[in-house]
Amino acid sequence: MSVSPHEMFVQGNEACVEGALAAGVRFFAGYPITPSTEIAEGLSAKLPKIGGVFLQMEDEIACISAVIGASWGGAKAMTATSGPGFSLMQEAIGYAAMSETPVLLVNVMRGGPSTGQPTRASQGDVMQTKWGSHGDYQVIALAPASVQEMFDLTVDAVNYSEKYRVPAFILSDAEVGHMRGLLSVPDKIHIVDRKETGLRRHDEAYDVPDDLVRPFPTFGKGHKAVITGMTHTDDFRIEPEDAKVHSDLVRRLSEKVLRNRKDINRWELTGEGSPTMIVSYGSASLGAKEVAATDPKVGLLRLKSVWPFPEEPVAEVASKCDRMLVCEMNLGELYWEIRRVAFESGCKKVEFLSKIGGDPPTPSEVRHKLREMGAL
Amino acid sequence: MELFEFFREDRMPTVFCPGCGNGTVMNCFFRAFNELNLPLDGTAFVGGIGCSSRIPLYINSDVLHTTHGRAIAFATGLKLARPELKVVVFTGDGDLGAIGGNHFINGCRRNVDMTVICVNNNIYGMTGGQASITTPHDFLSTTTPYGNKEFPFDLSEIAVAAGANYVARWTTRHVHELTRSIRTALQKKGFTFVEVVSQCPTNFGRRNKMADPTQMLEWFKEVSVRRDKAKAEALDHVDLNLAGQITIGEFVERNRPCYEEQMGVAKHE
Repeated sequence: MSVSPHEMFVQGNEACVEGALAAGVRFFAGYPITPSTEIAEGLSAKLPKIGGVFLQMEDEIACISAVIGASWGGAKAMTATSGPGFSLMQEAIGYAAMSETPVLLVNVMRGGPSTGQPTRASQGDVMQTKWGSHGDYQVIALAPASVQEMFDLTVDAVNYSEKYRVPAFILSDAEVGHMRGLLSVPDKIHIVDRKETGLRRHDEAYDVPDDLVRPFPTFGKGHKAVITGMTHTDDFRIEPEDAKVHSDLVRRLSEKVLRNRKDINRWELTGEGSPTMIVSYGSASLGAKEVAATDPKVGLLRLKSVWPFPEEPVAEVASKCDRMLVCEMNLGELYWEIRRVAFESGCKKVEFLSKIGGDPPTPSEVRHKLREMGAL
Repeated sequence: MELFEFFREDRMPTVFCPGCGNGTVMNCFFRAFNELNLPLDGTAFVGGIGCSSRIPLYINSDVLHTTHGRAIAFATGLKLARPELKVVVFTGDGDLGAIGGNHFINGCRRNVDMTVICVNNNIYGMTGGQASITTPHDFLSTTTPYGNKEFPFDLSEIAVAAGANYVARWTTRHVHELTRSIRTALQKKGFTFVEVVSQCPTNFGRRNKMADPTQMLEWFKEVSVRRDKAKAEALDHVDLNLAGQITIGEFVERNRPCYEEQMGVAKHE
């Protein structure tokens, strides 16, 4: 598929709409919630015009359920929400993981817990994205920090969900969702389609080994598929009492994501080899980016994917610096993962700049913290 | 079609208890489906969680066995993404009326083309007999050991009020009427709802002096009162008061345009 190259000045949420359409999303079910609503509004206008389906459901549980149903109908399907809606969706996210349903969920994060700060940014749902539903499973989550990345990473997230048959997440926030900026739609968009049962194509998804990602039996094609959230076998048997079936299945669900970490993880490194390295992601990285661009003693590892946790780039950076600073808009979520890997890699000092309340850390706040650490 | 073309023989026996009404519903459904000559591979079956929600797992077609209460929401997405599929939901009183109540009323209102069959056994059977939203007043269950002091929901009346295109209620004692209603529901466009009051001798009857399934069927026969609202002029009350009477019949038949037609959702070639 090729999209004519053009530029537009849009909001992050609008860029997400463009990215979703470019990636081939043709089904959206949503429920109004600040600060993600513009995604639903945008798709309600655009999807019906291109043969897609926009659906406003009665609650967020219904949204994610309809999206999973649509995915089994063969559509690339997504929903978008924020804090409280994301909490409501958790059970069905576990269902998507267990039934290996490709879906995209955009979470434009706002301040919690509970109703919290509906109009302000936060990164309070990072751990919930990974651990929100019961049981063991792995997901893929990407964290855009700009309008352009809302487009680019939405395309990537749809592709990953299709390729690995997992729920994929965009972890945006009120800041990125509502910021305006230049979006340049690339000439050619790389698209991955799910590996369908019985089809043989030279697609990227078809390169994934069958022992990790099974072919997808789209409904209505005579596969007689039984899709369930219960422990099941590949030949559609329900075996909730069989320890081996359960263990094999649940381990594979995790392994297919973890073993492909290098394919999934993406990041941006500036000031490589600096004695002080900042690790951050999403809008929390904006202030740090400015500091790293102007100070030669400070570098920045900006994570564009947060789950599966990008161990390799963090370890690499940690092994070469004297000290690390993690910037997050929460009270410590990815910080503990980064700290674990940094210490394992020989970094002696890992400090944390935590900011909540709705605004990303400013460059001066980052500099202040760095001075406290003796880095400047 | 042979019975075991429709059902998965290799998945027998079912998980259902001896005397369960689900077998009757499966049998009636098979007959209705077969009489209409509907294509099995062109039909998807969706279930939630509970005994009756397991029925799709025995049907030899594409099956989506979903989370508790959300079957209609999953079915809505599936139908709109692949509108050429016929979509049938099997659900129970707990799945549909308690945890899934919101999706039920909004499903009726939205009027996406699907058939929902609710096996209402007035109890949570799979978890061992707890009171449900249709357990009759003063009846016993494992969570109402002093009698149920709540009053039951009338699922069919809710469906009528919420806008379903077709609503009928029968019991497992009324197999011919039930089969005919399932046939009507499968043929009719839009959201169609068939409620089947069914026996759970293991977890409902046993605690309410009807441990033998035939006792329950006799009871259904005795207390059923037929009232076809579709044919009546006045749209008055269609109450289900199981302790006193079970109102049965076809309660509504109307032709509101279904959602996907209005939205112009295109079928796949």
